[in-house]
Amino acid sequence: MTTAWTPDQPIVGIKDVHKSFGPIEVLKGVSLNVRKGEVVCIIGPSGSGKSTLLRCINALVPINQGSIKVEGQEVHDPALDKLELRKKVGMVFQSYNLFPHKTALENVMMAPIHVLKRPKEEVEAQARGLIKKVRLEGKEDAYPGELSGGQQQRVAIARSLAMNPDIMLFDEVTAALDPETVKEVLVTIRELAEEGMTCMLVTHEMGFAREVGDHIYFTDRGIIVEHGPPATFFTNASDPRTRAFLSQIL
Amino acid sequence: MSAGGNSNLILAPVAPPSSQGETGFLASAFTPRALGIALGLFASVALVSEAWAQLVAGGERLGILATLWKWAPLVLIGPPREFGGFALNILVSFLAMAIGTVSGLVLGLGLISKFAPVRSVSWAITQFFRNSPWLVLLFFVMLLTPFQFRIGGLTIPFPAWFKATVGLALPVMANVAEIVRGAVNSIPTGQWESAESLAFSRLQTLWRIILPQCVKRMIPPWMNWYAILTMSTPLISIVGVNDAMTLTQDALASEQRTDLLMPMYGMLLLFFFVYCYPIARWTIRLERKFAVRI
Ligand SMILES: Nc1ncnc2c1ncn2[C@@H]1O[C@H](COP(=O)(O)OP(=O)(O)OP(=O)(O)O)[C@@H](O)[C@H]1O
Ligand SMILES: [Mg+2]
Repeated sequence: MTTAWTPDQPIVGIKDVHKSFGPIEVLKGVSLNVRKGEVVCIIGPSGSGKSTLLRCINALVPINQGSIKVEGQEVHDPALDKLELRKKVGMVFQSYNLFPHKTALENVMMAPIHVLKRPKEEVEAQARGLIKKVRLEGKEDAYPGELSGGQQQRVAIARSLAMNPDIMLFDEVTAALDPETVKEVLVTIRELAEEGMTCMLVTHEMGFAREVGDHIYFTDRGIIVEHGPPATFFTNASDPRTRAFLSQIL
Repeated sequence: MSAGGNSNLILAPVAPPSSQGETGFLASAFTPRALGIALGLFASVALVSEAWAQLVAGGERLGILATLWKWAPLVLIGPPREFGGFALNILVSFLAMAIGTVSGLVLGLGLISKFAPVRSVSWAITQFFRNSPWLVLLFFVMLLTPFQFRIGGLTIPFPAWFKATVGLALPVMANVAEIVRGAVNSIPTGQWESAESLAFSRLQTLWRIILPQCVKRMIPPWMNWYAILTMSTPLISIVGVNDAMTLTQDALASEQRTDLLMPMYGMLLLFFFVYCYPIARWTIRLERKFAVRI
């Protein structure tokens, strides 16, 4: 479709996005840009619309107003093939959502085989590689119910990566994990970031955001209150809401 | 509320509430002891009636057990060179279940359709057939449908027993639809979301991800409905079919002995019990097994 996009333009361009659920306006004019290879962290209090924003990007939820462009393509164009968009945008959830009736390896292989229609042998080789990459060698044949939370989450990341996405969205992927396993998952995400994957992550792990993030956005009640590179954001936050939030968390 | 739904580590043994209640009832009613009691009761009724008959008739007539033995083959498999009796009840139960299951699956998918008109129509059909007395439905189907269909030059006979089967399949269809809807809705929304974000289409998601997870939840209530259906098959006797009930009544009519009433109907009950009881036990076993790990 639109081929005008070049890597020097924002890979995700969000402009004045409004979203309401019934009478409640959850996003009240959000704008932000993500460049290719950038790691963007979104932080903010509960209910401020962080998850909703991520879901709008891969068209899981429709927006009411504004524009979201992924690689130059308008996401909320009614003519857009949502499935094509979602092949480019991977998403990992807080609750893992692995398919419980499939093994770890099958979870990773399913979408490339059935959605991308790639040959099984090739997909299997890639899937085994991905499982190794997330440090779960030997767990290929385990069912999700037999894996710990951290292991399940890493399978979920591998499952998303198997689609070879251009952008990865992480929605509080460590929030349901105990402190021990949080690290395993963060290591995986950090490696991805270092390899140049474009990542947008909603997180409450401030230390992690500071370390891997290229740009931090702080949202409150549906707007972006403040943003900046981690160095300035965490030390020189100017808005009182940001400061109040950071002082609670840090 | 961030990701909609809890961790899918723990999947509750969810079955649609109504059917779970019913299988729960079966669970308490059919214990091995209950089987013993039922058999014992039947045996004592038979023996007492036997003794009484001998006393009254002075051995001129055939004893009760001998009479039962005489009629058992007819009640079980129907008259010679004709298909009927209890075997017909079982055949009707198989066919009605098959028709009801296939159409119920389709109707159940209609209930969860994204397309509102389809949903409403499916809902109306489901509610109608779930809340109608089976016997009245049976009469309706008998009266509504012709004895044969003519397509071009071809005449397809539509015998009474098959009409009765269709009549019984209708409420089964509605209840299977309800089982499907309940099972699909019991799958955490996170499953839909992650499938969607992996670019699965809605149909692929249903077929490859949601329904496979539903099967285990659906089997126990589905088997429960099979048992209920089987126990309802004697209803077809009122539309003039040679089923076990009709043949029992025929046998009683030809014997003209009031002392045979209880034992003959008792025998019929026993046939059904012996067939349905293992199904009920098996249902409970599966329910327990699936409750542990899904
Ligand atoms: N599908 C929905 N229907 C109705 N309201 C919704 C829906 N999804 C989210 N909301 C509401 O939108 C608001 C923002 O939700 P969202 O999940 O985006 O917040 P969040 O910033 O991710 O919060 P958290 O940190 O708790 O995950 C909340 O008030 C929530 O109740
Ligand atoms: Mg959230």
